[in-house]
Amino acid sequence: MEPGHHINVRISEVKLVTRTGVVLTAAALSLSLAACSASNEPAASGSSDTATTGTDAGATTAALSGTLNGAGSSAQESAMDTWRAAFQSENPDLVINYDPVGSGGGRTQFFDGAVSWAGSDSALSEADGEYDAAAARCGTDGAINLPVYISPIAVVFNLPGVTSLNLDSATIAKIFDGKITKWNDDAIASQNDGVTLPDTAITIVHRADDSGTTKNFTDYLAQTSDGAWGYDASGVWPTDKGESGQGTSGLMEIVTGTEGAIGYADDSKAGDMGKVAIKVGEEYNAPSSEGAATTLSDSTVASVNGDNDLAYTINRTTTQSGAYPLMLLSYAIVCQSYDDATEAANVTGFLSYVASEAGQQAAASASGSAPLPTDLSAQVEDILAQIAG
Amino acid sequence: MSTTRAASEVTAEGTPLTAHTERAANKIFFGLSAASASLILVVLAAVATFLLLEAWPALTDSSGDYLDKVAWISPEKGQSLIEIAGYLIFGTVLISTVALLIATPLSIGIALFISHYAPRRLATGLAYMVDLLAAIPSVVYGLWGGMVLVPFLQPFYQWLADWFGWFPLFAPAEDGTVSATGRVALSASIVLAIMVIPIITAVTREVFLQTPKLHEEAALAMGATRWEMVRMAVFPFGRSGIVGATMLGLGRALGETMAVYMILSVGLSYSWSLLNASSHNTIASYIAAQFPEANTQGVSALIALGLALFVITLLVNMLARWIVSRRSEFSGAN
Repeated sequence: MEPGHHINVRISEVKLVTRTGVVLTAAALSLSLAACSASNEPAASGSSDTATTGTDAGATTAALSGTLNGAGSSAQESAMDTWRAAFQSENPDLVINYDPVGSGGGRTQFFDGAVSWAGSDSALSEADGEYDAAAARCGTDGAINLPVYISPIAVVFNLPGVTSLNLDSATIAKIFDGKITKWNDDAIASQNDGVTLPDTAITIVHRADDSGTTKNFTDYLAQTSDGAWGYDASGVWPTDKGESGQGTSGLMEIVTGTEGAIGYADDSKAGDMGKVAIKVGEEYNAPSSEGAATTLSDSTVASVNGDNDLAYTINRTTTQSGAYPLMLLSYAIVCQSYDDATEAANVTGFLSYVASEAGQQAAASASGSAPLPTDLSAQVEDILAQIAG
Repeated sequence: MSTTRAASEVTAEGTPLTAHTERAANKIFFGLSAASASLILVVLAAVATFLLLEAWPALTDSSGDYLDKVAWISPEKGQSLIEIAGYLIFGTVLISTVALLIATPLSIGIALFISHYAPRRLATGLAYMVDLLAAIPSVVYGLWGGMVLVPFLQPFYQWLADWFGWFPLFAPAEDGTVSATGRVALSASIVLAIMVIPIITAVTREVFLQTPKLHEEAALAMGATRWEMVRMAVFPFGRSGIVGATMLGLGRALGETMAVYMILSVGLSYSWSLLNASSHNTIASYIAAQFPEANTQGVSALIALGLALFVITLLVNMLARWIVSRRSEFSGAN
């Protein structure tokens, strides 16, 4: 049969096509996996490029130089941008890098010696052996937690015409646990005389990723709701109810776009959404930087590594007037002593500025964070001055 | 190889100098292409080794002490890495399969239109557009899907649940409602379908174009209509190509991160309902969400999940190869 010859030729072409297909799949596969491993890079690679280079920086008054690397909390990112810009303009020879990989990633990089300090939304954990890991990196004096960033967390909601609601912790817990499903529920209405509440269904919105904001929010609910919140504090949202968004911006996008939605976000990112005033003692307080600072002054320091270790246990159940206990406290984790004198000078020089009143005010106006109370700010500066190189 | 050698021998009878340089050029070219080919294997082996090594502590943790330190596993509630992996594999496969169920018929239709129905000029333009669609980065699909498509689809989901709620895939929540935002598994599947359509279309179109003209003309000559001709000549010939293309699309859908990450309200369960929020998640999106805050143990456990995805993708590809090789022996072209 004459046409048979033709057909055979064509078949080989088809095989070529399908074979190309398989090769393409393999290529796509290895590409996607390469992306995985690339994202792991910062945490895994313990490079030694932290060694600061430059002139001998003996006196703290001398201009600093070299490279200073930090990594960690993304909550600190916008404040950190402000601090870096301001400090580098005073010290033109100093380059400061901050990688907002997240608190966990920042701590890991700090233990690996890849960065000189870590930004973290939670203090080092003794139970997880993090103080030991830090001691292995820093030497016998180990590492300490220094508070540098405070921000109130706002409970935000989307109800047209309503800009503020008064809610106690138990009601917030029931809403986020799916026990209260309508906005005109008696539990909400009884605390908000004069507010017209619609018959809208409540859409719970939480974070999809592991986050410091979620950890502080669930910690607040667990400690203050008198058992209405049946879960422990956790960075990962504990229930399967409601909707979830990626990061603060993803969460805010859903709340903004969905009538009847309720969520929680760093107050500086809350935009013009309605905000819940939470019940503290006998009053209802809206999120404010003063309220967060008041809460901190009513909290206790739970030092693990000596008096210089300012790991706080935030007093969520404070009843002080004006306090806002639903807040996030973020730390700078530093060594008590550094092998390299230049590195020590750079870390202490930069973080002294960060903790100073000027630095805190700059961050407050740029990112909406709450400035550290003045005495705490002075205390952190004092501790930084003791860090040896 | 034999033909190139023959060619160089011919020139060898001419000027010896040229022959020498030609032989060197041959060797260099062979070396370069062999090195490129082996690079693929090296990369694949490196990735597999990396996954195994990094996941090892999590995989071999029999006491549970290691995984206890992972934030997203709570052993006190009886959770284990296997259980979480089970939910995620289920979600990944469910979302990808639904995406393929939507994308494959559409892609075959588009490919058939381009190859056999559309006028030449329209076909060229359309083929170009399809290729263009493949070049859009997935993060753009994610943004568009999350902000435009999903809110648009939400009323349709409610309608679907009202009328077809008896069908397990479209079952609403207990109170008869579906997600108020539309950020559900079906949305993720639809956006994934849009993303894989260009891939499946491009490959099937090429296969359809390879259908022997004689077969097509023979069918038409016997009085077949255009559709009968497609059924008798084009489909049997292109069957293995369609399977290959679909598997290529499945590979992309399984590993897609950004679009799912930005569209889906995540949760962990073995729910069949595509319209309920916080019920599904995929491996890739889970890794992306949990990685930034993960500690050492968490990273190891996430990489173990990555290994699971690697194995699934490998199985899908092997299955595709097997189907293609088996089908080609029985295709109508023989």
